[in-house]
Amino acid sequence: MSGQTIAEKILANHFLSGSDIKPDDIIIAKLDLVMSHIGTGKVVIDFRKIRPSKIRKVFDPNKIVVIFDHYNPAPSERWASVHDLIRNFVKKQGIKNFYDIKEGICHQVLPEKGHVRPGMLIVGGDSHTTTYGAFNAASCGLGNTDLFYSYVKGELWFRVPHTIRFRITGKLPPSVMSKDIIIKIAGDHTAEVATYKSIEFTGDTMENLSIASRMTMSNFALELGAKFAFGVPDQKVVDWVKERTTEPFELVKPDPDAIYEKTYEIDVSDLEPQISCPHTVDNVKPISEVAGTKINQAFLGSCTNGRLEDLEIAAKILEGKRIHNDVRMIVTPASQEIWIKAAKSGVSETLINAGAVITNPSCGACFGALGGMLAPSEKCISSSNRNFQGRMGSAAAEVYLGSPATVAASALKGEITDPRDL
Amino acid sequence: MAALLGGKGSGEYKENLKGKVWVFPDNVDTDVISPSRYLENLQEMLDHTCESVIKEFPSKVQDGDIIVAGRNFGCGSSRETAPAILQEKGIAAIVAESFARIFYRSSVARALPVLEVNEVSKEFQTGDEIQINIPNAEITNLRTGKTLKGKKIHPILLNLLKNGGLEKQLLAELKENK
Repeated sequence: MSGQTIAEKILANHFLSGSDIKPDDIIIAKLDLVMSHIGTGKVVIDFRKIRPSKIRKVFDPNKIVVIFDHYNPAPSERWASVHDLIRNFVKKQGIKNFYDIKEGICHQVLPEKGHVRPGMLIVGGDSHTTTYGAFNAASCGLGNTDLFYSYVKGELWFRVPHTIRFRITGKLPPSVMSKDIIIKIAGDHTAEVATYKSIEFTGDTMENLSIASRMTMSNFALELGAKFAFGVPDQKVVDWVKERTTEPFELVKPDPDAIYEKTYEIDVSDLEPQISCPHTVDNVKPISEVAGTKINQAFLGSCTNGRLEDLEIAAKILEGKRIHNDVRMIVTPASQEIWIKAAKSGVSETLINAGAVITNPSCGACFGALGGMLAPSEKCISSSNRNFQGRMGSAAAEVYLGSPATVAASALKGEITDPRDL
Repeated sequence: MAALLGGKGSGEYKENLKGKVWVFPDNVDTDVISPSRYLENLQEMLDHTCESVIKEFPSKVQDGDIIVAGRNFGCGSSRETAPAILQEKGIAAIVAESFARIFYRSSVARALPVLEVNEVSKEFQTGDEIQINIPNAEITNLRTGKTLKGKKIHPILLNLLKNGGLEKQLLAELKENK
């Protein structure tokens, strides 16, 4: 038998009827963790269909995490009522791992609170659940019906994915970030290069990236269609996770003779900042081709790039300066922990003095329903992961995706700006 | 949202389907099918679905119509309102060159037939009539007479479609074991 990839190893470890698996098999696997946010509301309603009512129990209240992040604080009576519904459910079911409106975005908070460990199989009611691949966990998003099933059974069907590998080498130039690498991959290989597939990111560039920067890659990998998106399984991951949990875990590394469907080689030594232009993530241009495009809004936040290092690089660029008069800059830290650190280190003050609005931790402007909406014909540079038509407000508005450095530089100049030019 | 998601679904499983075609391009995302700004209101969602791609779609689509699409249909968010709205609008099946993973999964879970057929979008125009055999993954354009073979649905997933989807299967299972 040939060697196994990370995805094959983790799925084999969770397969309920043996351990012999190969790509394209459909297996039933045991889940280590189920995460859901506002979508929990639908799960609560589905639970009412279970008869008799005394068997309405989640499979294991300790293996479920519920968190509010999309509508914090509730922007309307409707969402307030959904929050209320979920709070009652969580109490009744004895789900202790519940994070109310103050904590931040699921994909940041779950690792911070020690819920994510190497080798786990995790599903979440959010597409960007692939983010936990940065911590060597097999994790993917799903819809409400699959979520309901997971809540009750603690198991689910999976198609064993083929694995592709991106070997990334070279030293990243100054002001060029991991976001630029993953956008470059989208541009070169399309938004479906990884559809149904598991990704393994390898190479010396990946090894040198911080955990936060790796999370950006595993997060954005969903936009390439990925089912799982693993970062490098190394000591950095072990150290990060050990600080957050006392639960035991072991890194899952691929076998040297594992079979990859394809390996892509990427040298980033001369990479310039990249922009996903409207309205698809793979409509990518190097920044030199779009620099000068006037913007109305700059958004720094989201599960892709709302972490401390992202706020820090923006503060460095904006230190002692004022953003352009015609630009609204919105900064949304990805979690309360990040928000406190940014407040203590002076990063928040720098951003406020430069003219930015800092909001509470949440999904914020990224998904176009909580604030920071765009009027028709407006343009926004955003550090988030989607530039779909209508994503951040009007269908006639345009969203450009770039790195936090590019967002800050563009806010300063009022037009899409190469951060290396400052 | 809740009412919609528990809505009418795809009805009884049928091996053979026939319907009028709506042709969609590549990369139709879930924000196009189910825009965030309408997630609060069921009627608004139904009135605006897919309008940024095909303006008359929400007002003209009829029960039993079938979507024929290009690559990566349903990419983006995990919101299940996307397949749910299309079912609510009467869409009986979706044939695409490829689907985004979560959209595919959620459609199967909701018993909405989804078939992958290479190059299919080039063979159809909106308004054509299509005939589909689901287990054989065979589709025919009744205007041109051309037949294409797609990827067969995995037996486990085909069974899920026949059983009326994952929720129905789960509730039946719980009833047996109570």
